Amino acid sequence: MNPIEIENVDVAIIGGGPSGLSAAIELRKLGVDKVVVIEREPEAGGIPRHCGHPPFGFWEYGRIYTGPDYAKRNVEEALKAGVDIRVKHSVTRLGRGGRVEVVSPEKGLIIQANRVLIATGARETPRSARLVGGDRPLGVINTGAFQSYLYLEHLKPFDRPLIVGTELVSLSSIMSCRRAGIKPVAMIETNNRATARWPLSLFPRLCGIPTHYGAQLLEIHGIGRVEGASVRLVDGHIKEFDCDGVLLTGCFIPESSLVRLSDLTLDLKSGGPEIDQYGRCSDPVYFAAGNLLRPVETAGWSFREGRRIATMIAFDLHGRLPAAERTVEIICKGELKLCVPQRLSLSSVVGMKHLQMRVSRAAKGRLVVRADGEELWSRPSSSLPERRILIPIASLNVPKGVQQLEVDFVGQ
Amino acid sequence: MTKPFPNQTDAYDVVVIGGGVVGCAMVRRFTLEGARVLLLEKSPDILSGASKGNSAILHTGFDAPRGSLELQCMKDGYREYLDIHQKMSLPLLKTGAMVVAWNEDDLQKLEGIVRQAHDNGVADVKLMDRHRVRTLEPSLALNALGAVEVPGEYLIDPWSAPLGYLLQALMHGAQVRFNSEVNGGRFEGEAWSLDTTSGVVRGKTIINCAGLFGDLLEQKLLGESSFSIHPRKGQFVVFDKAASRYLTHIVLPVPNERTKGIVLTKTVYGNLLVGPTAEEQEDRIHAGLDSEILGQLVDAAVERIPALLGMPVTATYAALRPASDKKEYRVRRVEGQNWITVGGIRSTGLTAALGIAKHVFSIYQSRHLPIAATSLQWPSLPNLAEHLPRDYQRPGYGEIICHCEMVTLREIENALSSVLPPGDLGGLKRRTRVCMGRCQGFYCGARVAELSAGHLAIPLATGVCHESH
Repeated sequence: MNPIEIENVDVAIIGGGPSGLSAAIELRKLGVDKVVVIEREPEAGGIPRHCGHPPFGFWEYGRIYTGPDYAKRNVEEALKAGVDIRVKHSVTRLGRGGRVEVVSPEKGLIIQANRVLIATGARETPRSARLVGGDRPLGVINTGAFQSYLYLEHLKPFDRPLIVGTELVSLSSIMSCRRAGIKPVAMIETNNRATARWPLSLFPRLCGIPTHYGAQLLEIHGIGRVEGASVRLVDGHIKEFDCDGVLLTGCFIPESSLVRLSDLTLDLKSGGPEIDQYGRCSDPVYFAAGNLLRPVETAGWSFREGRRIATMIAFDLHGRLPAAERTVEIICKGELKLCVPQRLSLSSVVGMKHLQMRVSRAAKGRLVVRADGEELWSRPSSSLPERRILIPIASLNVPKGVQQLEVDFVGQ
Repeated sequence: MTKPFPNQTDAYDVVVIGGGVVGCAMVRRFTLEGARVLLLEKSPDILSGASKGNSAILHTGFDAPRGSLELQCMKDGYREYLDIHQKMSLPLLKTGAMVVAWNEDDLQKLEGIVRQAHDNGVADVKLMDRHRVRTLEPSLALNALGAVEVPGEYLIDPWSAPLGYLLQALMHGAQVRFNSEVNGGRFEGEAWSLDTTSGVVRGKTIINCAGLFGDLLEQKLLGESSFSIHPRKGQFVVFDKAASRYLTHIVLPVPNERTKGIVLTKTVYGNLLVGPTAEEQEDRIHAGLDSEILGQLVDAAVERIPALLGMPVTATYAALRPASDKKEYRVRRVEGQNWITVGGIRSTGLTAALGIAKHVFSIYQSRHLPIAATSLQWPSLPNLAEHLPRDYQRPGYGEIICHCEMVTLREIENALSSVLPPGDLGGLKRRTRVCMGRCQGFYCGARVAELSAGHLAIPLATGVCHESH
């Protein structure tokens, strides 16, 4: 075998979605010389590439794009800014100190980066990880695959699916169905109300799709293709749906496979790498941004987050970020299921502006931050799963000597 | 591969019914011994029944019933696999196994297990105390009180191996017909005439390797069956590749009267597997998953390897073992009817298949004397095992289609245009691992639908859509 080529770069960015590309653009604007985006697909752009619907890009570009057009615009801006985008390049290993192992159709190489930004995004939970019962026929897929079928391959994976979930992505799948002439038989949701916000949650009903809340998918039937599905309705009655597909929407999880296989510390709660407010991982050469950090945010949020973490990386390249040693750990309690960042570096250098949190189920009460049992900050709050909860980091005056902050949701 | 039938009146020496691992090994053995063999498979691909789901272990036979045909076939099959695997580029991961005692009751049984292993001729099996268990497998829970070490238990690729057996047979002139279910037939003195869904087939000797349907096939063709199949379902959970770092050996349970216990093992593909359950059922077709039981398997795995807490699940599957009313393999020749039944081959079939084929040939040989092939040809199977070089590590692969399992465009195209191309998505997955990783097709499903269009019995897509954005 040939000796493996080593390429030195300033910043390697893994993933060419909204956060990766916006970070790359920003780094170039901040004068960082060699910025390489490593993208495993044949085209950069990320998940918006196959979201064939608006609204994307208003915050970034002052106009409304469809997903694919937004993805294209991001790529154009990156190329214009002098970003080196390597498509069909797959990272196989995140080594210590920024040694990134990569394969491409032509060769394997090592990219030795001063800093690495991991921006590998999120994906939906598949049937297997949901432990759904029954047979394993064709036609049980996630929205991501569904949209790729329609918008990238112009194929239909089914004609009469049962849709599982009521997140924003679930509603966008209804739009996709309508445009492709696919007729969903029903939409089901385990919770007692829709996850997406009103009035969007009215959308399925407006489209004439029966919606069942408090309903649990029990079993999928079919030997070749899906032939039906059994669902336990809220009243305990089991209903058989006559469908030829099951569309499992939402339940996003960070695409953190590379992190799991590396030495970086993974946060079991968010499913992403553990970071401080600068987006810095447990190996301070590595940073992370976008939906890899937590499920799940909009493309616009990811774009802004990528840009902010890029400024942190540029700072760090100039030695202006504080050392990663003195940190305060943030502990989630009560209904809070995750918090990003997971630790705060004690420094006046401003990083991310907020602690981002999610609840595991609908909660109402007071959001409280405590240090050694003393209340530092609180606010009345109510939230539902998958909704963003923010606490301004600037409002937390962490007393000296504190090792941990507790964030709690105190019910009423 | 469905070659045109050569001559309707010219009977095959042997017709093997059923393309599971045993059927594939059978076709290989008989073909290499010089017989003209046809394989009939009712599905669009091989390995569509019991053989599609197992724990992928090459067993030594240390715990097989003493003096049984099962033990003999396992030992022969084991030996032959070790002999031939490199010639076919089939993987072998030499992990060794531990039969772990999780409580005092288990611990009492370890000595008996060692004794039986020695009786079975597996001489290197020995006891291990808890410290040694801890040293070798530091991730196991603290209640691993001791173990029996079985150094010769290895991991193999359970789908490439039988595919290799059949490919070698095809190289030596065997034929295979898919979508060919046997509905009836008669023995006409010299040969059998079989009515199949793809026409009449004549064969001088029939070998029934129909697995879950072996007893029904006998009823249909012989008028009665000497055994009855009682399907036993096994459900499995596959954890993310990150989990495989927590285990080196195959962790086997100490069998007891109440439960069979579960196996924890890596796979050659780099995952970690937990299962199987053992659930009796009537249904021979549906191997349904049960959320609650899958959850219990996850919990059981976490109980034994605490570091698995929070580890994502990559895949879940279930398969049916063709257990019969007796534990012993049901191999018999029906006198005067040129019929050999190979039934009731359960979990040990993957290991024993090559040995079973040898045994069945010896039964057959007492009446027929074909001339064996003199110079053997060997197929080279594409490697899917993680511990050996994969296709993506070789330049010119085109594109990586499945990122979770690192499956290349070149691998998929090669599989689709091979001598024995996949008949359905399951077959494509088994040949390439496409869509078998942690995202289960989230990223590559649509691309696979496009690439496989026109190749599979049931296409992934139901139609085209002309929507443009």
